[in-house]
Amino acid sequence: MRTMESRVRDYFADLAQQGHAARLGIWLFLASEALLFSALFALFAGYRATYPTEFRAAAGVTGFGLGATMTFVLLTSSFLMAESVERVRGGRYGTASWLLGGVAVLGIIFLALKATEWGRHLADGILPGPGYHFAELPERGARIYFTLYYLMTGLHIVHLAGGVAAVGVVLALNRRRRFTPEYHPQLELTGLYWQFVDIVWLFLWAVFYLDR
Amino acid sequence: MIGVVVQGASGGSARWEGLVESLNRLYRKILMLPEQASTMARGLDFLHYFEITVMNVVALVIALTTLYFVIRYRRRRDAEYPPRVKPSISFELGVIAGLFSFFILFWVIGFRQYVEMLEAPEDALDVYVVGKQWMWQFAYPEGPASVGILYVPVGRPVRLHLTSRDVIHSFFVPEFRIKRDAVPGMYTTIWFEATRPGVYLGFCAELCGVGHSKMRAGVVALRPEEYDAWLRGRPPMVAQLPGRVPPNIEAPTQLEYQQELALLGQEVAARHGCLRCHSTDGSPHIGPTWYNLYGAWETMADGERVRVTEQYITRYIMDPNFKRVAGFEPVMPSFMGQITPAEIAAIIEYMKALSTEPEVRSGRAIFEGPPLPPFAPAPGTDTIRAGGAGRNR
Amino acid sequence: MSVTTQEPASYLGAERTVRSWLLTTDHKRIAVAFLVAVVGALFLGGIFALLLRLELLMPEEHWVEAALYNRLFTLHGVIMVWLFLIPSIPVTFGNFLLPLMIGARDLAFPRLNLASLYSYLLGSVVVIVGAIAGGADTGWTFYPPYSAQTPMSVSPILIGVFILGVSSTMTGINFIVTTHTMRTEGMTWLRLPLFVWALYATSVILVLATPVLGITLILVWLDHAMNFGIFDPAYGGDPILYQHLFWFYSHPAVYIMILPAMGVMSEIVCHFSRKEIFSYLAIVGSTLGIAFVGFLTWGHHMFTAGMSSFDAGVFGILSMFVALFSAIKVFNWVATMYKGSIALPAPMLYFFGFLILFSVGGMTGVGVASTSLDVYWHDTYFVVAHFHFIMVGGAMMGFLAALHYWFPKIFGRMYPERLGTTAAVTVIMGFLLTFVPQFLLGNAGMPRRYNTYPEHYQTLHVISTVGSWAIAGGIVLVFAYLLWSVWWGRPVGRNPWGVLGLEWTTSSPPPKHNFTLPPTVAHGPYDYWLGRPDEDDGEPRT
Repeated sequence: MRTMESRVRDYFADLAQQGHAARLGIWLFLASEALLFSALFALFAGYRATYPTEFRAAAGVTGFGLGATMTFVLLTSSFLMAESVERVRGGRYGTASWLLGGVAVLGIIFLALKATEWGRHLADGILPGPGYHFAELPERGARIYFTLYYLMTGLHIVHLAGGVAAVGVVLALNRRRRFTPEYHPQLELTGLYWQFVDIVWLFLWAVFYLDR
Repeated sequence: MIGVVVQGASGGSARWEGLVESLNRLYRKILMLPEQASTMARGLDFLHYFEITVMNVVALVIALTTLYFVIRYRRRRDAEYPPRVKPSISFELGVIAGLFSFFILFWVIGFRQYVEMLEAPEDALDVYVVGKQWMWQFAYPEGPASVGILYVPVGRPVRLHLTSRDVIHSFFVPEFRIKRDAVPGMYTTIWFEATRPGVYLGFCAELCGVGHSKMRAGVVALRPEEYDAWLRGRPPMVAQLPGRVPPNIEAPTQLEYQQELALLGQEVAARHGCLRCHSTDGSPHIGPTWYNLYGAWETMADGERVRVTEQYITRYIMDPNFKRVAGFEPVMPSFMGQITPAEIAAIIEYMKALSTEPEVRSGRAIFEGPPLPPFAPAPGTDTIRAGGAGRNR
Repeated sequence: MSVTTQEPASYLGAERTVRSWLLTTDHKRIAVAFLVAVVGALFLGGIFALLLRLELLMPEEHWVEAALYNRLFTLHGVIMVWLFLIPSIPVTFGNFLLPLMIGARDLAFPRLNLASLYSYLLGSVVVIVGAIAGGADTGWTFYPPYSAQTPMSVSPILIGVFILGVSSTMTGINFIVTTHTMRTEGMTWLRLPLFVWALYATSVILVLATPVLGITLILVWLDHAMNFGIFDPAYGGDPILYQHLFWFYSHPAVYIMILPAMGVMSEIVCHFSRKEIFSYLAIVGSTLGIAFVGFLTWGHHMFTAGMSSFDAGVFGILSMFVALFSAIKVFNWVATMYKGSIALPAPMLYFFGFLILFSVGGMTGVGVASTSLDVYWHDTYFVVAHFHFIMVGGAMMGFLAALHYWFPKIFGRMYPERLGTTAAVTVIMGFLLTFVPQFLLGNAGMPRRYNTYPEHYQTLHVISTVGSWAIAGGIVLVFAYLLWSVWWGRPVGRNPWGVLGLEWTTSSPPPKHNFTLPPTVAHGPYDYWLGRPDEDDGEPRT
């Protein structure tokens, strides 16, 4: 079993410095991700100013109930994520494993819900880009709305899927007792990333489901 | 000098005027600027001279100071370690504040001029400019249309309404100091007032494909009487005007009066056989009549309502399997590869002329309408890339 | 305090296997690998430039047809911007020197550094594949609808640049975390060399701006490859929104390209004048100021595009603020030489070239920021000259200056000084010959991205093309003697220039872990008035 000292890479002075670097690194990564999504939100805002009526009409097509359910699922998963970090800090690794498993499951549930929602849209003729042929809202503005919808929620689920994979890795690390109450950077970083993905979803929820 | 710049004109005594004019000529020569053929050009050039003078002075100061320091403080002994120099922050602030106030002054003058360049005077004459790969078309509300040559009167403000049929172009006339992008799907405007008769060169200033370098226009500024005569159909004596003619426009001696584009369109339609199936007087025939067709809302074979616009017509000529007006047989052949963009423009102008709607007759292009579905060429047809490329090739 | 035990093996010779190079996490080896790649990109982009300038010798098409010409300048732009300029100084000298300058043993995330090298190589290969497959003809700006409609192979180039963006972001994150967490004992923020501050500000821009480019490239690729119509008016899209998104990245990108070069210049003027910078806080403040305000000025690329005059006014005045910060730096550099002790090796010559060329280029930037004048100059050769003054006269001079200054540290050998002087003068003179005529061409109304032009522009074009050959000759000479010097240059000790700086306290080339013992810092980076820097530990000795 590796000692705490052996975990310090030879170019770091000590574990504290290494942990601090890891945390700062993830925050910077999240900043770049925030800009990534912001660009799309800005594009959306630009088109919303051009096509206000079509955008409002199109927003009515997304399922309010489904949207609320997905939000509930993700918020719960974030709660479980935060709890798992707390458990590891308290040395309760077993509970933490269950909580992390819960996070992963909820993430997968979200992906499944999204898949059904997309399936329903596709069946109605709402495709992104050139394939769009939704009879109820044939206007250009609606087509742009739904193309952006697919792009933005699509980018989100790619990030969420990556998050689920990361949770899986962290779960495996936890089960092998690789964490200590003082040092568990992979868990912290994954936790931060998961919260970020959840926050992005909240903005998407507001824009695509609540603005009707 | 600032007053001169802002007003773009001289004031005061004749000697002062003469001095300013010599300065103008000198700077213009050194900087290789073309002649000032519009009312705004002089003021813009004076701002330019002001800025370039300040910049050169600053660059000279930097260069000379550096040279002086390098000579005076050149290392003479290897073990030379000069003592600390207390930085004079007030000196630094002074220099920077001085420079910055020049920058702000440049911006103030430039911005005022920019606003003036965009807001045309009340009595401006409107001209509609359409850029398309790779030509410029000009249409006048009460008059002929022309391809490749913009006719304007001297001494009267002209407001250009620019748009594009395909990709972004930009209409640039150096002698007038104007430039504005021609963007598909929207209209942009810019105005100018020509100050002397002549032939001027217009360029496309936004990369638009292989013909970008050759997408030139001639701008012919005519004395007011000659301009009126041209409006009424009398060709102007362009050969006698000063200026360089763009190479893709015929030389002045051979310049013939550009037929009204609509008449050209009638000839093109006859030549390509369109009039074998489309009547022009409302009588039913193999295809829909062109009388009052442009701009109308038609019901398609699948029940959809589509407006007959520039894009629709252009698209349809290339791809007759595209939305077809209900009640007619699908017998129209595709003209892809057989008809040039210029000819399509002419046909469209002809169709507009066959309308009784005043707005349509005025020559204004109509872009609004329901969304166009994607263009996927039928299997076996000409493999033009799916999408916009098929529209105007 | 001096080290008396045997010197550890240098990073170059420590392990000699191919595997040790391919899987290295040593920032110095990664820097050298990047150096080779980036110089290759410089040559490739330069060849495209020489080719297109050949076409411009005659007013009519004579050598290549328009379709190929459009691809030549597009590839020149793409390669020079994304394969050379954006990475150049940060991934070569930044990677090599940042840990050394702050007294660290490596960057914070060495494996991320290796990942950024491999993603750079992957992205570059994809772009070059795209070039071979025919290349894009849209200009490096990829404006839709043309970029969506053109049948040329735009997709590989868009995807390649996206991958290069990933590489940049990784580098940016690495540098910021390293600067925050790995400074050695005594190295406070206000004792950091100005090059480190420049890298820091550059990295902030890299992290925040590059993602916007990434998403924009994906969007325009969807329009091109799958006709999504996001920016196509026929489908209700707005091409101007693309321009906003593109320039939101691409304007800060030009500061990514120039800030590191400015950092290099601060180092060189201080060390070769043996004086501290005139005002350290002014340089730090203006560096951060440029990075911040640079995000607010993108609209000045769009004055003729159809935006409102109010917006144009706002972007114009904000652009003047960036000029303000640059002016502060130029003042500081000149003032630093006052009462100094100035030596004139090749790095200093590049400094002088930079000083005058960047000043002129920067001031012509003020010119194009004057909204009404930009209406005339936009999309003419004036703008081309303006940005080449900054990119070549500024950023490339910075790269060459850094290369000569730190060459002995990186390879343990010195380059031949007389050839260094000759090459520097050739490059600077060649540059002036190439680009001063282009200002005049722009004034005369010559639009850019043209392969044919009215006859009366020919003389200036011929002069400009001849100048391009001079630049090429100078650059080839530089890399010829540098390459020779890697193996046969005069070997040097720790501190051949006799200057201050932690990087000069370790051997040339440095050992794998940079320092035998972690150094402690007790004074500022340019405190020359304290006396001669000691051979062994860099501490001043009076």
